[in-house]
Amino acid sequence: MKILYYPGCTLKTSAKNFEESAIASAKTMDIELIELTRWNCCGTVFSLTSDDLIHHVAPIRNLIRVQEMNKQGLVKGEFRLVTLCAMCYNTLKRSNLRVKENPEDLEKINNLMYLEEDYEVKVEVIHFLKLLEDMGFEKVNEKVKNPLKNLKIAPYYGCMLLRPKEVGIDDPEDPTIQEELLEKLGAEVINNPFKKVCCGSYQTVQDKNIVVDLSYSILTRAQKEGAEAITTSCPLCAFNLDNRQKEVKEKYPHFKEIPVFYFTQLMSIAFGLDKKYCRFDLNYIDPEPLIKSKGLL
Amino acid sequence: MIKKILITDENIDFLLKIEELSDQIITRCDQCGVCSGSCPLVSEMDITPSQMMRMVQLGQKEIMDSKTMWICASCYTCTVRCPRGLDPSKVAESLRQLRLRQGLDHINIKNIPKDEIEILPQIALVSAMRKFTS
Repeated sequence: MKILYYPGCTLKTSAKNFEESAIASAKTMDIELIELTRWNCCGTVFSLTSDDLIHHVAPIRNLIRVQEMNKQGLVKGEFRLVTLCAMCYNTLKRSNLRVKENPEDLEKINNLMYLEEDYEVKVEVIHFLKLLEDMGFEKVNEKVKNPLKNLKIAPYYGCMLLRPKEVGIDDPEDPTIQEELLEKLGAEVINNPFKKVCCGSYQTVQDKNIVVDLSYSILTRAQKEGAEAITTSCPLCAFNLDNRQKEVKEKYPHFKEIPVFYFTQLMSIAFGLDKKYCRFDLNYIDPEPLIKSKGLL
Repeated sequence: MIKKILITDENIDFLLKIEELSDQIITRCDQCGVCSGSCPLVSEMDITPSQMMRMVQLGQKEIMDSKTMWICASCYTCTVRCPRGLDPSKVAESLRQLRLRQGLDHINIKNIPKDEIEILPQIALVSAMRKFTS
């Protein structure tokens, strides 16, 4: 199956470990992720004020590229656009919804992009996790060669996959989609009551202390439940929960570091793919000792 | 003691402006406090989210000097929980926008330490610039 894919900026740099493991895992599932041509930054955050239409230009222009690729025959009748980054997912999905529900906004945005073709509102923005769920997690299970036996994983969702409700990929209060996937990969799933608590997001730029405290709470709670690692689908959550462990350790010396995986890295391991696709060099806390201790590498 | 608050035309204009920007009927807020109780960042704020809603209802422009709108991380926990279907995150964004539209940025990239700039991913820098600068 060929499906269009929107990477976003961070997946091309510090989250290469997310992109490379996702592309390789998708390939194992016979999904060819075709990168959108001439994509641009989605803006990372959805504009929340009623009169701020200019910031919807960036996301909607990406959706126009989907139309173009269909017209060029690069895909046939494939209007789904897959994202991996949770923030890109949220921004693209909400802008799409806004123009779907407000034809007058669509007209203005189309006018702002006078030299582009009009957006026809045919695109469906879909997160990779949801695509896997739609295909059936059983199909994921069929590809597992290296079950993640005895690996105790606490899924973390953060905000952008779940909220607001109209764009969430699962129940905003009790999501289970990652749990279902991880079970099919053979992992031992640990319930983390803090799985949908915000990591502090962009506050990491203006006051990292806010993020250090939130990350400490989220990580230590997962550890108390027995987790040996956690998963995420957001490069900003990954930065706050993984890289900020340096500051967490400085502030709370008794804190014990815990690896943070992108869920696609665990898919790659479970599928028995070459570890080069995991790009563990980009994880701040090295997950390899844990994986090796379970005999998975 | 009961405190009498006089609501002037200026107060009403401010409320109406925030209602327009946020596309929310803010007077619907019943002050139940679910937003404040759910907010993961409330302990960092000087005014709680429900107090912010009340101050906007009353058209009290002093809310513009609170740090609450700058601490909100737009996590939408309040959005999914408000029993009145309101979205306080849109109210916070409207307040931020009013300030930013005066050309008054909340952060200056020059003040971010160099070692931080080197490690922060684009996703962090772009979102912070979008939320905190004009």
